[in-house]
Amino acid sequence: MTTTQVAGSQQRHRKRQSALLRLWSSTVGKKAVMAVSGAVLLLYVVAHMAGNLKAFAGPGALDSYGRFLREFGAPVLGHGGLLWVVRVVLLLAVVLHMTAAVQLARRARRARPVGYAKRAKVQGSYAARTMRWGGVIIALFVVYHLLDLTAGVLNPNGVPGQIHANVVADFQHWYVVLAYTLAVVALGFHLRHGVFSALRSLGVASAKRAAAVRATALGVAVVVTAGFLSVPFAVLFGIIA
Amino acid sequence: MHPSAEQPWTEGEPITDTRAPDGPLETRWERRRFAARLVNPANRRKLTVIVVGTGLAGGSAAATLGELGYNVLSFCYQDSPRRAHSIAAQGGINAAKNYRGDGDSVHRLFHDTVKGGDFRSRESNVYRLAQVSTQIIDQCVAQGVPFAREYGGLLDTRSFGGAQVSRTFYARGQTGQQLLLGAYQALARQVHAGTVKTHPRTEMLDLVVSDGRARGVVVRDLVTGEISAHLADAVVLATGGYGNVFHLSTNAKGCNTTAIWRAHKKGALFANPCYTQIHPTCIPVSGDHQSKLTLMSESLRNDGRVWVPVQAGDTRAPGDIPEDERDYYLERLYPSFGNLVPRDIASREAKDVCDAGRGVGPGGLGVYLDFADAIARLGKDAVAAKYGNLFEMYQRITDEDPYEVPMRIYPAVHYTMGGLWVDYDLRSTIPGLFVIGEANFSDHGANRLGASALMQGLADGYFVLPAVIGDYLADGPFGAVPDRDVDAVEDDVRAKVAALLAVDGDRTAESFHRELGRLMWDLCGMERSAEGLRKALERIPALRAEFWRRVKVTGSGDRLNQELEKAGRVADFLELAELMCVDALHRTESCGGHFRVESQTPDGDARRDDEHFAYVAAWEHTGAEPVLHREHLGFEAVTPSVRSYR
Amino acid sequence: MKYTLKVWRQSGPQDAGGLVEYEVDDVSPDMSFLEVLDVLNERLVLAGEDPVAFDHDCREGICGMCGLMIDGVAHGPERATTTCQLHMRHFDPAHPIVVEPWRAAPFPVVRDLVVDRSALDRIVEAGGYISAPTGSAPEAHAVAVPKPDADAAFEAAACIGCGACVAACPNGSSMLFTAAKLTHLGKVPQGQPERWSRARDMLDAQDDLGFGGCTQTGECTAVCPKGIPLTTIATLNRDVLTAAFRD
Ligand SMILES: Cc1cc2nc3c(=O)[nH]c(=O)nc-3n(C[C@H](O)[C@H](O)[C@H](O)COP(=O)(O)OP(=O)(O)OC[C@H]3O[C@@H](n4cnc5c(N)ncnc54)[C@H](O)[C@@H]3O)c2cc1C
Ligand code: HEM
Ligand code: HEM
Ligand code: SF4
Ligand code: F3S
Ligand code: FES
Repeated sequence: MTTTQVAGSQQRHRKRQSALLRLWSSTVGKKAVMAVSGAVLLLYVVAHMAGNLKAFAGPGALDSYGRFLREFGAPVLGHGGLLWVVRVVLLLAVVLHMTAAVQLARRARRARPVGYAKRAKVQGSYAARTMRWGGVIIALFVVYHLLDLTAGVLNPNGVPGQIHANVVADFQHWYVVLAYTLAVVALGFHLRHGVFSALRSLGVASAKRAAAVRATALGVAVVVTAGFLSVPFAVLFGIIA
Repeated sequence: MHPSAEQPWTEGEPITDTRAPDGPLETRWERRRFAARLVNPANRRKLTVIVVGTGLAGGSAAATLGELGYNVLSFCYQDSPRRAHSIAAQGGINAAKNYRGDGDSVHRLFHDTVKGGDFRSRESNVYRLAQVSTQIIDQCVAQGVPFAREYGGLLDTRSFGGAQVSRTFYARGQTGQQLLLGAYQALARQVHAGTVKTHPRTEMLDLVVSDGRARGVVVRDLVTGEISAHLADAVVLATGGYGNVFHLSTNAKGCNTTAIWRAHKKGALFANPCYTQIHPTCIPVSGDHQSKLTLMSESLRNDGRVWVPVQAGDTRAPGDIPEDERDYYLERLYPSFGNLVPRDIASREAKDVCDAGRGVGPGGLGVYLDFADAIARLGKDAVAAKYGNLFEMYQRITDEDPYEVPMRIYPAVHYTMGGLWVDYDLRSTIPGLFVIGEANFSDHGANRLGASALMQGLADGYFVLPAVIGDYLADGPFGAVPDRDVDAVEDDVRAKVAALLAVDGDRTAESFHRELGRLMWDLCGMERSAEGLRKALERIPALRAEFWRRVKVTGSGDRLNQELEKAGRVADFLELAELMCVDALHRTESCGGHFRVESQTPDGDARRDDEHFAYVAAWEHTGAEPVLHREHLGFEAVTPSVRSYR
Repeated sequence: MKYTLKVWRQSGPQDAGGLVEYEVDDVSPDMSFLEVLDVLNERLVLAGEDPVAFDHDCREGICGMCGLMIDGVAHGPERATTTCQLHMRHFDPAHPIVVEPWRAAPFPVVRDLVVDRSALDRIVEAGGYISAPTGSAPEAHAVAVPKPDADAAFEAAACIGCGACVAACPNGSSMLFTAAKLTHLGKVPQGQPERWSRARDMLDAQDDLGFGGCTQTGECTAVCPKGIPLTTIATLNRDVLTAAFRD
């Protein structure tokens, strides 16, 4: 079939789809889904980062914060109810985010089956080019992280509920700190481009605001990175015991 | 042909334009449109029209014919219709809108165009062109063409060479591009609607004539090499100009004469082949490797001042030459028009000062175009806003910054006023063969005014052709074309391709093109003499014979083969060049772009000879000497005057 | 000066192809990159070899026909420059120059450095126009267009359809091209009635033709010879999303 015929037949097919389905099946729709799910994840990450900072307020603070999270909304949702709502939302966001990411990555591969013999140094930003590997690193990290601090199976202390103790036990080891650092830096890069990209994906177009958009993205990335890293390094250097 | 013969042509019968209405000029077009027969909408679907070329003329025609419901087949040699050479036009498009209230009118545009063409065009055609011009702007704005605008949101205009009113609409320095995108998008819309089928990367190599009518084209698919015929009820050629006969010109590399030349050989008369326009503001040649010349838009002359040093051989840097040792020769010689004199005058004056040894830059083939005054008067930003992209282009090519040093410019071949002869309905002398845009000879006489080619291309394509083609098609559909008529043409084309491949000589097609170009520039360029033309008429056939003995085309015909494409085009240029020289030789007067050294006033101005040459020279191909048919030009509304811009 | 070129040679769409090294003498700094290929080709022809096929036409940076990947950068090292306007003064003769065709699945190689970009035409055919049949237009001054809008439309309309954006995009996306067209037509009042359907239809066509999706990498705008801004892509996104919620 010629390109004309392909385009023609696909177009007739499209016309029968509902607007939203048509949107999801498009590259722009997938990016919008990534942006929205990414924003949900970002909200969680920021809240999580802020919560982590309670570690500086002494051992009890983090543990009671953990308890609070589990009790919050209990009358309506039961013990751990809010947490489960959050988990479901997060899971949904992760699934959508990753599905779209994988589909777009595969589409990109198909769009360039033969590569260049010589490719010049990246002209666009480094962060932009590493989104996919960055995402994979974050995903692997989350699995490890859940086994470590939620399930406790990979934690040197590993007692559920003793959040503070688990955390402190972890970051005595340089290699755990290294693993967390790598992941958090990857997250920082991911957000640096992700926040900028998400705004663009959702249509924030003004050239006048472009600088502001980039600055916001950079700010978010730096704050999240620094906030997360403060805890492991504080433990490593004995500021938190 | 016998080049040594006193007169290398034969006199033929006069020819007349039988479709031009007479009576009041103002209503001729109206009356012709009314008289033209219409085709019922249901029948249009049954009629196929081939449009070769997708420039402003062909693109707009194909789109409009598609909208009317005809079945259209569109061809171009580029990989997309949007790349036709029209895209390169920079300066603008004229229209008699009189938005400035500066005294413009349809009549004034008509008058300026007839005068600018040095009284060698038809009043009826030019008047119609001026009338239609206003609709073009409306149409293009409706398509979304982003013309330059004033702060109030209304359209901006500028003045252009040869005019004292501001009637040129523009889109920065990319007017042709924006107009072409408009036409291309209209075409794309018809492709989507299914009325037009495009064939890019397909070159027309011959015309199918059957039962006396043009019925199709034989083309070569440039990717697969396949040679095939496409048949239709009418054929429209919109294949642009043949300025590339000079090798170095401002035309795109692929511009060629093949389509119209083959049609000429099939019986279409070729009118005024010698009328070529040399554009005064091009970037000078920098070396032998040069593959084409780049135009700097004429609009630059609105603010730039042209000068050379007073002293011959002055090699000081331009900044070191004091004001009183500069000769602003156009302002000096033509006080009322100054730097805005028409192209032919500006070009010839540049040549004259350079011939006198006062030229600047490497080789002394250049004059300055200086913006220092404009920058001082308007500020650098205002100048940048108007010409920024042109300055950038100049800097990129020459590595000099025109904000700091004056530009160097020199004339170069730019446009061909000649082309296939057409009547008022744009019909050639082969029934069913229509010719539009630069490919025909129609509206510009012996010299085209700046910003009028875009106007003519779009007038022909959007408004004129669609309004009158029905009068021809009303007799159709014309029935099946007998196989033998098609096969014969296909066989010819195959044989020619095979012949090019078979020579297997020792010179490239490019080297022949270069040699032909230099010969034409020297002997049939800005100045022509009987002696030079006779010399050219001896050398061209010899060069052509050598081409067919020595050209080397590598590869095969069954796939993309750019050498083969080039060789085919050069072969046709080698034939056309001869007709150009014959035409130039026969016209012993000077007029417009055609300057015969034997015909000048004591001050060196061109001397026209209305008594003997107020006609269109339409040439018939015979295989031997060409036959001259004269079409008399009568002037009722504008009295021929000596074109003076002094 | 003498330059070494490593040029991608591929005799047809089905052939494997590979880089072949050539030396070209007598190159002056004022020569354009394509003129160097011309010199090489004349030599190859005289030696009876097939010349290097490459696309070009206007040679003044406006038709969009030329386009080569030069040392891994679409249209070569100079910013805002087409291949035909690239001059040799920007190259160091000490290093070989690698020349490859645009690479993307919707741009199959035809021969050597020539690729088939007709997919871009398909995108425009899907809706990249304003439906204004000839003769139907109102007087041009009937609607005033604010100068900033006209200028923004022009800026986007400057796209020459060369496909360098696709060639450079790590995702093989034609987004900048499509976005340029949509922004141009979406900025003028005449383009409003079809604005949303145009966005949807052109995007779908682009997706169906096998181009990648855009992830805002920005390589495209860095190589675009006409400097089409990245914000056009955000405009496209907004129009497509708006379109989905409008009916
Ligand atoms: C650099 C430059 C600047 C200019 N600036 C201006 C300006 O500012 N204002 C103005 O009014 N005019 C200007 N002109 C002149 C004007 O651009 C042209 O005269 C006009 O665009 C010609 O349009 P056209 O449609 O007749 O032909 P073209 O645009 O040349 O189109 C020719 C078409 O025919 C096709 N074709 C040719 N041969 C074949 C073949 N054998 N088989 C198949 N297809 C074929 C080509 O593919 C192409 O599609 C300029 C010209 C140049 C060179
Ligand atoms: C689970 C692992 C993850 C993977 C595989 C992943 C992958 C990706 C990919 C491939 C992109 C698109 C690249 C681009 O737009 O340039 C992306 C965008 C984004 N990601 Fe992630 N990501 C992951 C986790 C996260 C997390 C945890 C967050 C939040 C903190 C996040 C926030 C974002 C944002 C905001 C975007 C921008 C969306 C857009 O461009 O529209 N991602 N991600
Ligand atoms: C160095 C920094 C980090 C520290 C100290 C940390 C600490 C913790 C702790 C203690 C828990 C368990 C909370 C509980 O069980 O109540 C937890 C859970 C979690 N963390 Fe982190 N974390 C860090 C970084 C991250 C990052 C970068 C991400 C995501 C990209 C992340 C995602 C999660 C998730 C998804 C959970 C599970 C929440 C749930 O119970 O559903 N964490 N983290
Ligand atoms: S957007 Fe730029 S790079 Fe892409 S096709 Fe248009 S001009 Fe070329
Ligand atoms: S490089 Fe590609 S990812 Fe988007 S921003 Fe440009 S199309
Ligand atoms: S050849 Fe036309 S843009 Fe380069």
